[in-house]
Amino acid sequence: MKKIATFALITALLAGTAHAQDKVTLTVAAFPSLDSAIKAILPAWNKKYPNVTIKLQAQEFADHHNAMTTALATGQGLPDVMAVEVGYVGKFAEGRGLEDLSKTPYNAAAYKKLFTPFTVAQATSSDGRFIAMPTDIGPGTFFYRKDVLDKAGVKPEAMMKSWDDYIAAGKTIKAKTGAYLINTAQSVYGVVSRTNLKPGEGIYFDSKNTLLVGPDNARFLRAFTLSKQVRDAGLDAKIGEWSNEWYDAFKKGTVATQFSGAWLQGALQNWMAPDTKGLWRVQNLPENSFASWGGSFYAIPSAAKNKQWAWEFIKFMTLDKGSQLTAFTDNGAFPALLTAQNDTVFNQVVPFLGGQKARLLWRDAARKTQPIDVNKYDSVADQIVNTELTNVLEQGKDIKQALADARAQILRRAR
Amino acid sequence: MQKRVPLTTSPPRPRWSYARFQQHFAPYIFTSPFFILFLIFGLFPLGFSLFLAFHLWSPLDGLGNWQYVGWENFQLALGARDQFWAALKNTVFIGLLAGVPQHLVALPLAFVIHQSLRRWQGAVSTVLFLPYITNAVAITIVFGMLYSERLGLLNYLISGLGLDPVRWLGNPSMVPYSVAMVVFWRYVGWNVVLYLSGLQAISEDVYEAATVDGASSWQKFFYITLPLLRPMMFYAFTLTIVGNMQLFEEPYILLGQSGGSGGAGLTSATHIFNVAFRDLDMGYASAMSWLLFLAIFVLSMVNNYLFSRGGGRS
Repeated sequence: MKKIATFALITALLAGTAHAQDKVTLTVAAFPSLDSAIKAILPAWNKKYPNVTIKLQAQEFADHHNAMTTALATGQGLPDVMAVEVGYVGKFAEGRGLEDLSKTPYNAAAYKKLFTPFTVAQATSSDGRFIAMPTDIGPGTFFYRKDVLDKAGVKPEAMMKSWDDYIAAGKTIKAKTGAYLINTAQSVYGVVSRTNLKPGEGIYFDSKNTLLVGPDNARFLRAFTLSKQVRDAGLDAKIGEWSNEWYDAFKKGTVATQFSGAWLQGALQNWMAPDTKGLWRVQNLPENSFASWGGSFYAIPSAAKNKQWAWEFIKFMTLDKGSQLTAFTDNGAFPALLTAQNDTVFNQVVPFLGGQKARLLWRDAARKTQPIDVNKYDSVADQIVNTELTNVLEQGKDIKQALADARAQILRRAR
Repeated sequence: MQKRVPLTTSPPRPRWSYARFQQHFAPYIFTSPFFILFLIFGLFPLGFSLFLAFHLWSPLDGLGNWQYVGWENFQLALGARDQFWAALKNTVFIGLLAGVPQHLVALPLAFVIHQSLRRWQGAVSTVLFLPYITNAVAITIVFGMLYSERLGLLNYLISGLGLDPVRWLGNPSMVPYSVAMVVFWRYVGWNVVLYLSGLQAISEDVYEAATVDGASSWQKFFYITLPLLRPMMFYAFTLTIVGNMQLFEEPYILLGQSGGSGGAGLTSATHIFNVAFRDLDMGYASAMSWLLFLAIFVLSMVNNYLFSRGGGRS
């Protein structure tokens, strides 16, 4: 009894000091380019909370997540606030090292309705714990080179009506301009496999952990078939993303279209192909489908030293309209906060996209995107299915056989 | 009643003396850093990975939250058509593609350098040794640029000859050769240096005697150099086997986590890394590490057997 009383006293004292005017240092671990968004917001934070210094620990994307994984495993070297990218949030949610923000003292359940709905689902574990607050989202979109399409006489709206129209247009583009339709046939698989999901379905597993990949699944059959049609027609340039050839294709216009998150506009404008300003436009994904393509979150490790201020910081980053808009204008981090999406800045034209009001299109796409269930074996399935897809594309393997093989391999690993 | 014996007549020995400390404890203290570091970074991870191989554990669950699964991880890896086998097959294939030419080139090259380039031997070995001490990441990035399908130097030369460009890293059947080329380039000099030092250990008298007997250069190479180089060859082969079975940096940087197009460059080490740090399935990754260790052990034993059998004959 005495022990509990002492403990309660110490806890009360510690909680008390957090509110006092003592200097507090809060460590925040993040990855590029989220770190630059944080830096842009920091002046506003320092003005509001001059006694709380933010120590920003930024590492490269994979290094950051590896470091956080190790820190969570051992409980050592954890930051107070941890940034998590959407590719990792599902795995981190299933782990036990992060605070459930829907519980007291956070009570974040009340804030969920303030965010774009699908992003909240991404940060929720299968047993209902809400482990991270969304800060930015990546609405999936379709980029195309207006100059190339004009030269080929292809209308973008007609092209996007169906995947068959898309491939047919690609043949015209190739014949008239010599430009490829897309960087790689795998990208077509990427879009088709993650759109038109039924409620309760993830890309590879449904909410009951049932594997969806297989020769009988219409979505995967179609994704593989369309991908192969693109390859067989010679419409893809066979170049991988994030390669020098990819950037070169953007600069020279040798590839006419690209599926991506809205964030690609910022990357194109800032470093990939700044000279192509005005030549690009965006549209929704084919067949009027919607998909989430990236996004970032903030979480609090259970072993963090300064949870109270960590929560204040996260609220400032995610729930403050000003912060969200600063991040958006600084490096194109699309706000997850709905009120920020209603700002007049969204009505402004995007000069890089030839004066298109693209932000309105993206906002609309984000609101129509359905939540996708995440599974901790998504990365396993992703690698296995992509390897089988390559076998289909490169070695002419039968599609049904490839999907059956993929299914068998994933089932082994998902336990 | 017993009579009390006086305790001692000599003065009591001091409990602590500098000489005693020097003699009995100093050696242990001075050698302890190695043992402490070995315990922490050598033995502990080894034991921990053996422990994990029998458990299901995600690091995100924190220490202690593991679940005992017995041999399940091993059964999983050894099951037919598991990715473990595909990765092992890739590793052995790339290992042979890179390893065999390494020795076929390094041995004659070392012989030629030893025989004819006496004055320049030091300079030549330094040049050949450079790739080995250069950072693997830097080398691989440079090779990645050379292999670039549209912008790379290799395809520029090939199209200059009027041939179709090669998809070095895009075509799954080309991928193992492209990776093997980097490994070959990196380690061939290391093997030359190994063989050179072996050659230098062979006494000149043997060659002189052979010359007197009228042996040709070829005869000297096959009947003197090769047999006397056996111990060094055994050493070099073993290093190549161990190194190539653990191949990681080159394919990982060249092709990324997926092992490139169709996973044709997915080596065992890359696969284990993926399973551990991308899929966070530490138990399965540990089990595969031990299986890889077993595979290396068996191959080394085969190498050992082949060499000792040949040794018996001569």
